[in-house]
Amino acid sequence: MTQQALLSPEVVIQEFKSNGITHVVYLPDSETNWMYQLMEAEPSLDLIPVTREGESVAIAAGILAGGKKPVVLIQNTGLFESGDSIRGLALDCALPIVMLIGYRGWTRHGATPDSAARFTEPILRAWGITYYLVEHDGDANRISLAYQEADRTNMPVVVLVGDEYHGFNR
Amino acid sequence: MINQIDLMRLVDQYRDDGIVVPTMTGSRGWNIVSSNKNRDVPLGGAMGKASSFALGVALAQPDKRVIIFDGDGSLLMNLGSLVTIADKAPKNLYHFVLENGVYAVTGGQPIPGSTKLSFAGMAKEAGYPTSFEFDDLEEFASRVAEVMNSEGPVFICVKTTPEIQNEPMGLRKPSGLKPTKTAIRDLKHDLGLWD
Ligand SMILES: Cc1ncc(C[n+]2csc(CCOP(=O)(O)OP(=O)(O)O)c2C)c(N)n1
Repeated sequence: MTQQALLSPEVVIQEFKSNGITHVVYLPDSETNWMYQLMEAEPSLDLIPVTREGESVAIAAGILAGGKKPVVLIQNTGLFESGDSIRGLALDCALPIVMLIGYRGWTRHGATPDSAARFTEPILRAWGITYYLVEHDGDANRISLAYQEADRTNMPVVVLVGDEYHGFNR
Repeated sequence: MINQIDLMRLVDQYRDDGIVVPTMTGSRGWNIVSSNKNRDVPLGGAMGKASSFALGVALAQPDKRVIIFDGDGSLLMNLGSLVTIADKAPKNLYHFVLENGVYAVTGGQPIPGSTKLSFAGMAKEAGYPTSFEFDDLEEFASRVAEVMNSEGPVFICVKTTPEIQNEPMGLRKPSGLKPTKTAIRDLKHDLGLWD
């Protein structure tokens, strides 16, 4: 089997640092453990674990209101869970919150048996949220593009992490 | 039971240059009492999320007091935030819940568990280092200095008189509250953060 191109957690964290991220608001998914170990060791990042994802968008909104720069790190299942916070805070208050969303169920084949994947993009389109797809290190600068887009439009922007082989792991 | 305006007048004396995040009926009361509207962010848009939003503000502005006036129904919708707040333990956060026992804004239906649960108990067990409960204004008045000088996160459950709204939406007077979007903009201006 050929080696798949991967998205390395070091590169993602470098993107956070070069965009001046101060706080990471997160709830884990199954592919992210290595990334958390690295983030914990990174002194420039304050980690905020939440009990459900609806909290994450509201906490990020408060961090922005207080003048710091958050990133939200959740799974697409958590995106569904956060609906009213995304609507009532991020969209209605025009807040440039960038969310990195683990794209559970995504495949490069298109068809997927996982409803989490099937509903992800239609919902983002319904909400009018701009999104980028990141699959491997070569795409990682789309995280920077997402921050530029969020700042330019004063709107939330999503980065879907569609690395079906590694997620945020090595 | 305590009238929320009486409570809020006492709290306002300890606000310093702090930021206040009220929600639901609490937003109307605080709008009457507040001594610095540029630092108030009434949260209407996402029910239950005042505590989470205020946690974010408290972490971003660790040198400012951040005061929440939560609703009891609202807090029930986001009980996990008690755990999240206790975990991050911001020293500058004062979390009031106005326990009127009902969903006042939607007509006064009782909240689930209204006669059984203890918010102060839940906050304490979630890990807040300090948790109070008040049912009497005089007692609160005699202890407000202790409450507001305790190191955060501090949880304060206050049994308040319900101010139930029952008119159809179309007949209700406009609240006169700032939209949350405007309030966030004003706060950033006031903190000198606008880019
Ligand atoms: C997610 C969600 N569910 C339901 C509502 C409808 N709703 C608006 S205000 C309110 C009651 C709020 O109750 P509480 O937090 O106890 O504050 P009070 O009205 O007593 O001041 C409800 C249920 C809503 N806005 N959002």
